[in-house]
Amino acid sequence: MLDQTRVYKASGLRLFWATMWARAYPRMVGAFRERSWMFFETILPVLAVAGYVFLYRAIQAPPEYVGFAVLGGAMTAFWLNVLWSMASQLYWDKDQGNLELYVVSPGPLMAVLLGMAVGGLVMTTTRATVIIVVCSLLFGVTYQISQPLLLAAVFIATMAALYGMGMLFASVFLVAGREAWHLSNLMQEPIYLASGFYFPVKAMGVWVATFASIIPLTLGLDAMRQLMFSSDPTLGFLSVPVELGILVVLAVLFITVAYFALARLEQVGRRQGRLIERRR
Amino acid sequence: MALSQRILDMPLVRRSDALRSFVVATWLGWQIESNWADPFLFAVYSIVRPLASVLILVVMYAVITDSAFQDPMFAYIYLGNALYILVGMVITGVSWAIIDDREHYRVAKHLYTAPMNGYTYLFGRGVARLIIGTVSVLITIGFGIVVFDLPIRLSAVNWPLLISSTALGIAAIAGLGLIMGAWTMTMARHFWSVGDAVAGAMYLFSGAIFPLDTLPVWLRWIGFLLPVTYWLEAARRALLGPGAAGFTTLAFLSNQALLAILAGFTVVLLVGSAYFYRWALHTSKEKGLIDMESGY
Repeated sequence: MLDQTRVYKASGLRLFWATMWARAYPRMVGAFRERSWMFFETILPVLAVAGYVFLYRAIQAPPEYVGFAVLGGAMTAFWLNVLWSMASQLYWDKDQGNLELYVVSPGPLMAVLLGMAVGGLVMTTTRATVIIVVCSLLFGVTYQISQPLLLAAVFIATMAALYGMGMLFASVFLVAGREAWHLSNLMQEPIYLASGFYFPVKAMGVWVATFASIIPLTLGLDAMRQLMFSSDPTLGFLSVPVELGILVVLAVLFITVAYFALARLEQVGRRQGRLIERRR
Repeated sequence: MALSQRILDMPLVRRSDALRSFVVATWLGWQIESNWADPFLFAVYSIVRPLASVLILVVMYAVITDSAFQDPMFAYIYLGNALYILVGMVITGVSWAIIDDREHYRVAKHLYTAPMNGYTYLFGRGVARLIIGTVSVLITIGFGIVVFDLPIRLSAVNWPLLISSTALGIAAIAGLGLIMGAWTMTMARHFWSVGDAVAGAMYLFSGAIFPLDTLPVWLRWIGFLLPVTYWLEAARRALLGPGAAGFTTLAFLSNQALLAILAGFTVVLLVGSAYFYRWALHTSKEKGLIDMESGY
């Protein structure tokens, strides 16, 4: 007798949704099951932030600069997550043989990427929160938040744009091969510098700050600093509403471009047989 | 391989497992770190990253002090950060050699079945990173002299102090790097972060970018237990001459005293690292970690 039980198969939007959560699940659950990661994931940024805080103290900077460094240090967690767990992820998946499984499964690759972003965002938000709390307590940082809803909107727009950029990078890094590692390394300190992670980006001058605004954290950090600290308002690069508007545009742009780039690069990868190659 | 082959053909090297392993590992490390990547990307990666790192501090300093680059504090910060590149490179380099061999290239078991000396092999892998780090340090300092007019005049540099302190300092750091690398061999998890964590902690406590006096009193003593603190102080004195006298943290120590302390650290760390490596190798074999692939 044949089993007549009908097997439920997700398709269309449901398949997209299910695939996304399936990819996000190990990141969200893994962050809590392997709690010892928290030690290294928070202690390293705290050490870096502490170095910058003591430097500011050594040169007698105003107290709000300590807060700028703490916030910037916490935001590095998101940037590192985008670089190493988004941009380089498909390259690593290829290296470990997972990418071909993604490709031959019915789930869309875009959903896999979105799942990586959602899982990474949840995992990293936890870590960034710990960094902010620990550093704020250690260094006595005080915040003055008068517009919490606007702050939340800026944060959400920044993350949407940032992880959209991560999805785009993932597609590009897929064809970069083993140099993906170097590309990720290359985009650490130079981006910390250009985007003003540890100082107001306005200090870099109008042109550098404008070019660096393509990195969503540049404007996101600048807006968050304006909304969280009682510093001189002229330290901000642009007004908060303008920065929020640009971040929304960047989010839409990056996610759309990532969609087309992924489709194109997947096609190229299939033709050239590069989706399954492993060069060490 | 031509140069390393000539060295390998030398009778002394041919007879010694330790020297042969060291030479081959140095050559291998160099190939991994440089030749396998695109040369342009490698150059950008070795130059842009260190420069960006020091420019972060420069901008922070300039914003607060209104670009007072002639103040001795600026030279202190700039030089400390530039020289620290070597510390990070060597300490994380040896740990990464273990991770690369074990996880990425998956050749650890082949290596340890070959007739090599594992300790000097790791030493050699660290040397490759040291060479790359040295290039970055020279470029960063040269950039500082040209762009920010760092008060370093080649004719005024105390070369004997610079060379002797750097040789001792690097050897001590290499000993520390070997301990980190050996420790990595015994770890099943978190091995990615060991080198970075130690290098990060030493960056904070060694007074690399701010005088130790800035730290709270209850943390300051940690800096006095690190060889890097004494090496950075000696190197600053050698490079800046009288300009370094403004920093009072270790002013009570003469140059000779700094060198003697560094020599003590070097001996302890090198001998300690050899014993620690033996213990770590045995432990990693016993626990089946020598060729472990975690898949992280």
